[in-house]
Amino acid sequence: MNKYETVFILTPVLSDDQMKETVEKFKSVLTDNGGKIENEENWGLRKLAYPIENKNTGFYTLIEFEGEPTIVAKLETAFRRDEKVIRFLTFRLDKYAAEYAIKRRAVRKAKQEERAAQEAAEKEAAPVAVEAPAAVEEAPAAEA
Amino acid sequence: MAQEQMRPNNQGEIRYLTPLSVDTRKKKYCRFKRSGIKYIDYKDPEFLKKFLNEQGKILPRRITGTSLKFQRRVAKAVKRARHLALLPYVTDLMK
Repeated sequence: MNKYETVFILTPVLSDDQMKETVEKFKSVLTDNGGKIENEENWGLRKLAYPIENKNTGFYTLIEFEGEPTIVAKLETAFRRDEKVIRFLTFRLDKYAAEYAIKRRAVRKAKQEERAAQEAAEKEAAPVAVEAPAAVEEAPAAEA
Repeated sequence: MAQEQMRPNNQGEIRYLTPLSVDTRKKKYCRFKRSGIKYIDYKDPEFLKKFLNEQGKILPRRITGTSLKFQRRVAKAVKRARHLALLPYVTDLMK
């Protein structure tokens, strides 16, 4: 069993649902062939550094998975058969890359949680947040 | 006799408008070795841009000071990023 990472770019003409469906399709290709998906990231619509097939943007998706070496060939034939995929890259993670991937996942997760927490805080009534620090400031003054 | 007299005069003649920069160059170092980076991520184009010139070409080791081991990895990361259109193959005025 090896660890692999694959990134593929889908055409920007797809709707969100179509895109998710396509991603699911490739995930099922992996799971059907005995692969185990470890992480999935959707980078959303990104600008390409140069046009590919006359397109300037694309949906990026990253999947980290574990499986036997034969699974890669199967995944790549699936990519080649699907004309919605405009670019893909698959490679095996060495030990340093695997370490980095785990760290990166943790960082991303922390960031997401932070963002979620921030949004939640903003959603909650703003005046509450303003009042709280004022109360803290008053307390030491009273003691003095 | 004549030569000995000339010498002190000649030494006095040599003057520079700007101070000479003799051996003031900083020693280059491999930033990966120094900061303990073991894996170079192709997904971070902003970081990889430090190793490219304005045309998007990979800078040689003699300029960046990267060790051979990490230069190979930088090159690989840059090439992966180019394939995925995170970095351009050719460009002008990238920075």
